[in-house]
Amino acid sequence: MTTAAIDCDLHPGVPGVAALLPYMDEHWRHSLVERGIEVLESASYPPNAPSTVRRDWRGAKGGAPSTVAEVQSQALDRWGAAAGILNPLFPVQLPFSRDMSAAMARAVNDWVRAEWLDRDARLRASILLPNGVEEAVAEIERLAPDTRFVQGMVLCMAEIPLGRREWWPVHAALERHGLPLGIHAGSAWRHPPTSVGWPSWHVEEYASNSFGFQASLASLVTEGVFQKYPGLKVVLIESGVSWLPAFLWRLTKSWKGVRFEIPWIDRAPAEIVRDHVRMTIRPFDAPEDADTVRRLLDHLRSDEMLLWATDWPHAHFEGDATVPPGFPEGLLPKIMVDNPRATYARLREGGSA
Amino acid sequence: MAKHVVAPVAEIPPGGRKVVEAAGKRIVVFNLEGEFFALLDRCPHQGGPLSGGILCGLTQSEEPGSYRFSRAGEFIRCPWHQWEFDIRTGKSWFDPRRTKVRPFPAGVEEGATLVEGPYQAETVSVRVEEAYVVVEA
Repeated sequence: MTTAAIDCDLHPGVPGVAALLPYMDEHWRHSLVERGIEVLESASYPPNAPSTVRRDWRGAKGGAPSTVAEVQSQALDRWGAAAGILNPLFPVQLPFSRDMSAAMARAVNDWVRAEWLDRDARLRASILLPNGVEEAVAEIERLAPDTRFVQGMVLCMAEIPLGRREWWPVHAALERHGLPLGIHAGSAWRHPPTSVGWPSWHVEEYASNSFGFQASLASLVTEGVFQKYPGLKVVLIESGVSWLPAFLWRLTKSWKGVRFEIPWIDRAPAEIVRDHVRMTIRPFDAPEDADTVRRLLDHLRSDEMLLWATDWPHAHFEGDATVPPGFPEGLLPKIMVDNPRATYARLREGGSA
Repeated sequence: MAKHVVAPVAEIPPGGRKVVEAAGKRIVVFNLEGEFFALLDRCPHQGGPLSGGILCGLTQSEEPGSYRFSRAGEFIRCPWHQWEFDIRTGKSWFDPRRTKVRPFPAGVEEGATLVEGPYQAETVSVRVEEAYVVVEA
């Protein structure tokens, strides 16, 4: 692995609400304790599911790694990456109160800054965005001066589709500050994760994330977000990769017949996506033989879309097999170095507090 | 290419269309406010008959949420997949360079000229006092 590699998806585990209290104002610090809100867990990542944390990365009590020492020994030092982007998954999207969502997002972001970014110069982070649009914009404005924050992050199944005009102030703020919009797998649980109703099983919900990504992508493209904000990049994180070509085929083919409905889309949606959208490679969702992987990459029609990521500490591979099996060696410098640097303006510029 | 007399002008009123045969080809002739245009009646996508589609205008946009409508009735949409083709040029709107239907020159000639000229009027009997649509194919 090259020492210039950039790991585009690492998850710092918040050990519990208590860890966030020092980063909250007096009201929330007292109120959360009074209410007995000690943990907040999303059904997207059941703590004991084998996929949630790789077995050899679990702590003494089986919990997710939650310290910078762990990301160093388990990922950064072990694989020798030059930089890693932290995407906190503490579910600030769950509270129905916009104020609580915002208070928790602020606390998580400040916790990441103080306990991770300040302790390892290789680390960068996403700004975890709360549910409310005004609060999300405020959080971007509050943290953008610290250039170690390299993108804003939301979930693929939120309250409303991400392309809708209600969200445009967020897209405008992100574009203004050179921050991509990161869309991570997961749900705010406002809607069933499938469009036909509630699934019964974890495996259904896990697989249904690709529908959430497809809907988010279709919304961003058709609403004209990339026409309105041509500088905006979108990164699909933990999205899987192999569903994209077939989805783009259908979106583009249908557009040819009904393009008058969205006349601001003046070129094929697949081309717009290739210009603006990037994806992390874990999970990859493809068979392991090199021929199939090569054909899949051909279907993407671009070698600039994929970003290397280990998705630490989620369990996608054993040992040090950080690259999906069958992935062409020749593409590694692109996905490990060139593509992340092209995607994240702030990585090129070198981040500072 | 030979000139073919395909119909009396009165048979294709403004906004109308007619499918004709000329030089062994199925061609659809349109009247756009007195101007005549002819296209091969075969969509370049999968061969659908363009003559069976609906007429529409051109919808463009300056930015998301803005709609600029013009050229009402100057586009034909293939009935199979609704691709839009510019009747004046045969070009598709979504990919005018690569996806286009073959156009044929079309015009109007007076019957008096036609009875003398080198025109082929296999199916249309020409009378000197009428005007006719002529397609080069």
